[in-house]
Formats: sequence, structure tokens, C-alpha cells
Amino acid sequence: MAFSNEQLERYSRHIILKEVGAKGQKKLLNSSVLIIGAGGLGAPAAMYLAAAGIGRIGIADADEVDLSNLQRQIIHATEDLGKAKVQSAKETMNRMNPDVTVDTYRTFVDSENITDLIKDYDFIIDGTDNFPAKFLINDACVMAGKPFSHAGIIRFKGQLMTYVPGQGPCYRCVFKNPPPKDAVPTCKQAGVIGAMGGVIGSLQAMEAIKYLLGVGDLLTGYLLTYDALKMEFRKIKLPKDTSGCAVCGDHPTITELIDYEQAECDMH
Amino acid sequence: MDDIKINDTVDITDVVCPVTFVKAKVALEELEDGEILSVHMNDGEPVQNVPRSIKEEGHQILKLIDNEDGTYDLLVRKVEE
Repeated sequence: MAFSNEQLERYSRHIILKEVGAKGQKKLLNSSVLIIGAGGLGAPAAMYLAAAGIGRIGIADADEVDLSNLQRQIIHATEDLGKAKVQSAKETMNRMNPDVTVDTYRTFVDSENITDLIKDYDFIIDGTDNFPAKFLINDACVMAGKPFSHAGIIRFKGQLMTYVPGQGPCYRCVFKNPPPKDAVPTCKQAGVIGAMGGVIGSLQAMEAIKYLLGVGDLLTGYLLTYDALKMEFRKIKLPKDTSGCAVCGDHPTITELIDYEQAECDMH
Repeated sequence: MDDIKINDTVDITDVVCPVTFVKAKVALEELEDGEILSVHMNDGEPVQNVPRSIKEEGHQILKLIDNEDGTYDLLVRKVEE
């Protein structure tokens, strides 16, 4: 594939970089990323990945755009109210970059559909807002040998980590099991500062791009936390030994995907 | 020029900075180590900046030929990192 002059101009700031070049930009154009959740995290992640020229972007979400989303979910606009989030997200990405093919999945992920959803993607971004989905995405990616970026945001705090098969701990190595229902508030109950999705979702996009290019060090084996009020980033080293993990360990006890129950107050 | 074998040519007269350099860089990436690229460029800004940027990438500038029609041909030997 040869670049058109228009593509050379569009991606010039990438191609000029020693770590990207024409080869790297071609890699991105031939890559695919699935974003699960078109919300606070998924919106900026999707937009940066589309702008970067990721050739195929999948986006999964069952919700419609609601007025309360617009304070942080910057891929949607006021005129998109009531529209399926995946459709609104696709339209924004198409407007940003015609080089990108956007595949939409208007569904929530569950144990029945997730394996099929992730199988044709190079990298997965967890942009969901609940523990059942986070554990499901982790277990499905571990079982399918797919790299993914986990993230979570609440109030003025955010965190993320990157899982690459065989290169470090998975989400379940660190967090074992979902907390009891209603033990942890969701951002619907607790609130979240809008720009937090921008900070953490953009870091997820950055991890995906670095993974696809094969450059730099990923957030594997570390959990990065961000406290906006204290203006503190902490990169916490995670234990190296994953042998005892229930899903990615040497003798996994979780061999089938689990649909954990979601807290009542999160249900629609 | 008689003793230099050109492996590929690229015309960057149809684009402006910084795409001039980008287009030359992309053409160089397609070559093998030691192969020669001829870059056809306009006088002015391209001639001032493109050879310098290519040199900064570690490639070897062999010759700048003035075509005496407002364009130049820059001969570059690709140097793999």
C-alpha cells in the first residue's frame, strides 16, 4: 500500500517520528482495536485511535446518548441525544478520518458474546463502568490470548493497567473478585470529573498505539493511578508471580466465563 | 552522476513543508541499506530544509544537482540505523 499525498500530510507528524515512520503508520492502518463502552473512557480513546489512523475500530455499547453523558463523553454531541451511542461514535470517527472503518456492536458484553466480539481484534480497550464487565473482559482476553487495557474512573481518580499475554499479571491477579454488590459506588452515584475520562482514556489509546507499533514500555506489571485533586500519578509495581491466579495462573480454576450480577442501582 | 546508480526516484514538487521531507522519508524507507534515492524538489524552502532533515536521519547526501529550471535533484544513499 502506498500513501497518497493526502495521507502523507494527514499522518506527517507521525511519519516524521523515528519510532513510527512510514512502516509504523502502515502498521496502524492495518491494525484493529475493539473499544468496549462508548462512554467517558471509550469516547476519547476512540477519537485518538480514529485520528491516528487505526484501520479498523470496533465499538460495543448498548446504550443511547443521554443528556447526563455529555459532560464527559466528548464523542457525542447535543444533537445525538437519543441516538445509539455506537452510531453516534461511528459518525464522529468517520467525520474525523475517512481512512478508518468503524464496526458497531449495539450490545453489552456478556459471557455468550464476548469471545466472538474480541476474536478478530489486535487489541481491546476496556472502557466499561462496572465490575462484572471488567472481570468478564479480563477473563475473556486471558482465555483468548488477547492484549487489553483496563481502566476505571470515579470522582477525581482514575487508574489503568495493560495486560499482554505472558508478559505480566492480569486484572484478576490484582483484584481477585468483584467487590460485593453496592459496596463500591459507580460514577452514576459518586460522580466523576469529566476531564478524567480524557486523561485516562487517552492513556489507554496511547497504550494501544504503542502496542501496535511495538515501541516503548507498556503498563504491563504496573498499575498507574491518578489523583487529580492531589495532582499525583503513582506507578505501582505489581507482583511478578502470576502462577497462583485463578484465570491466568498455572492451574486456573476459572475456565469458563462468568456473568457476575450487577448492582441494582446500575440497572436500567 | 555517471558513476552513481539510482535505485528509485521521488518527486516532492507537488507537496509543501513538512510533507516534502515526509514524502522523501517514506521513499527512503522503501529502499535497502546502501541504495540510492533521487529526490526531485523545488528551489527555495525544500532545498534549504529537506537535505538537512535527511542528513539528520543519518542518511548520506551524495550530490545536489541544479537542473537550472527552478528544481533540484538530491541524491541520497540510504543508511540503515
